[in-house]
Amino acid sequence: MENSLQQKNSENTASMVRLTIARVISYIFLVLLTILCLFFFYLLFVNATRSNADIQSGKLYLIPGGDFFKNMDNLFNSTTLNINIWKGLGNSFFVALLSAILTCYFSALTAYGIYAYDFKFKKAAEVFILAIMMIPTQLSSVGFYQVAVKLGMKNQLWLLIIPAIAAPSCFFYMIQYLRATLPKDLIEASRMDGSNEFMTFNRIVIPIMKPALAVQFIFSFVASWNNLYMPSLLLTNKDKKTLPIMISELQYTSWGSKDLGVVYMAIFLAIIPVVIVYIFMSKSIIKGVTAGSVKG
Amino acid sequence: METIVNASEEKVPKKKKKVSYAKWGYIFVASFFIVYGIFTFFPQILTIYDSFWDYTKICGKPPVESPEFGGFINYANVFKYDADLGTYKIWKYLGNTVLMWVIGAVPQFIVSIILALLFTSSRLKLKGLGFFKSVFYMPNLIMATAFAALFLVIFDTAGPIHLMFVENGWISENFDFILNRGWSRFLVAAMNFLMWFGNTTILLMAGIQGIDESVFEAARMDGASSNRVLFDITLPLLKPIVIYVFITSMIGGLQMYDVPYVLTGKYNNLETKTIVMYINEVLRTYNYGMAGAISVVLFIVTGILSLIVFKTINGKED
Repeated sequence: MENSLQQKNSENTASMVRLTIARVISYIFLVLLTILCLFFFYLLFVNATRSNADIQSGKLYLIPGGDFFKNMDNLFNSTTLNINIWKGLGNSFFVALLSAILTCYFSALTAYGIYAYDFKFKKAAEVFILAIMMIPTQLSSVGFYQVAVKLGMKNQLWLLIIPAIAAPSCFFYMIQYLRATLPKDLIEASRMDGSNEFMTFNRIVIPIMKPALAVQFIFSFVASWNNLYMPSLLLTNKDKKTLPIMISELQYTSWGSKDLGVVYMAIFLAIIPVVIVYIFMSKSIIKGVTAGSVKG
Repeated sequence: METIVNASEEKVPKKKKKVSYAKWGYIFVASFFIVYGIFTFFPQILTIYDSFWDYTKICGKPPVESPEFGGFINYANVFKYDADLGTYKIWKYLGNTVLMWVIGAVPQFIVSIILALLFTSSRLKLKGLGFFKSVFYMPNLIMATAFAALFLVIFDTAGPIHLMFVENGWISENFDFILNRGWSRFLVAAMNFLMWFGNTTILLMAGIQGIDESVFEAARMDGASSNRVLFDITLPLLKPIVIYVFITSMIGGLQMYDVPYVLTGKYNNLETKTIVMYINEVLRTYNYGMAGAISVVLFIVTGILSLIVFKTINGKED
């Protein structure tokens, strides 16, 4: 009896030890990945605070220097990089903001149209929207570019904004959200109160969808803010270029002759708005990653 | 008159219970389909149409006028042997694209599955998961262009990583990461890994959490070891989501552009040139026919590979 009890005890401690070891290894793994994720951004920050002379020496600095504001000033006011960062920030913000608003509003509208009404092609419309998510963007880009060139509409920012109305993945998210949260009785009740269909959507459905709209607003804003391919084809005028285009053109500067502190600062400024929003909203953003994509 | 019409309209729903609101359904979805039709569907058709027209005689100077009908000439050119490069361009660039995607995606899926299991483990009960999740997902939101530009500056021959490698004697002074075949491909793949493993982890975690808890309980009651639960229950039930995430990752991977373009485009490094970089290059010469043909090939390849992946992962057991 005593023997088996002892055995059981030692088995227990053995499994406790094993569990502790497993935990330690897990934490080491997680911390290593964390360092891997943050290291390059930390390096970016440090270099954005260093003077050109420091950076040109090629040393790996891990402690920030004191030239952060000087670099920023040089980026905004000098012509060392031959890019107008104010224009870039402005164009990017303009396109991303309007795209995100259009994507959110019209995806919600389309989703509501299919959710709330019975019409003949209701099912077909939904299946169609899901199917087109699989088609690579490149298939349309050639024709799109051709028409834009032919009609002389290159360098028109709205050409990047209007297509945001048809956003299949956002639609998918919205219709799932509606199915989970909006009771159809509510629509009926608002009709009884004499509300017309658009009023019902704008005054009753939109407020209910606020959480979904907020998450999707961030996703579509970020997607547009980061977008390079189509904008770089269409926007060739210096004053119309968005931030990613300017950043992508940094590769053609010869580093040796340029103020590298300013180069790092430009990259830093392209990244930092998204990081700041993310720091405050990471929880709801991460929730939004799954809600739209997995169930289907 | 107007007031009367309004009043009667308001009363209709109350009197008759069945009123058709179908027309509103059409009105609400109209904007999506009109915009999709004009800005995506029509250009898609045009791309396919273009691929059968020969632009070679007039391309190079916009605006392009009246190309000649070329039949399959563009497709023939796409698959033609390029004597200057000593290779078939299309297979070379497709190969580059797939290879760089695979080098990034394999560790991405292994690490993500491990992380998803760690995060959801009821035995380990790890702390600070919210923090780790946030950090791992962050690179996914960062502008890929800026991330690649950052890698370009720090791996440049004048950059800090280069100097560190030289000082340690790992590479010679003339060595260039960006021009080296293995390193440039590895860097592109590594960046893709960093940008996507957090996203994959979150999706797989949701998949694990979606498995009915009673299934695990039943297995434990039957005395199944944790290894058996993992291999016989968790992973098989996770399969549909893994397939979904894998195919999405592949479709995205085949369209890889930003990272290799910014990191290696300057040197026209042929070992990291992707299929979309190729389309872009052709498109800028206004050869819509050729660019269209490559796009159609990419579309077909995407479809075939998705089907193969779906069949091989899904078909094993049934």
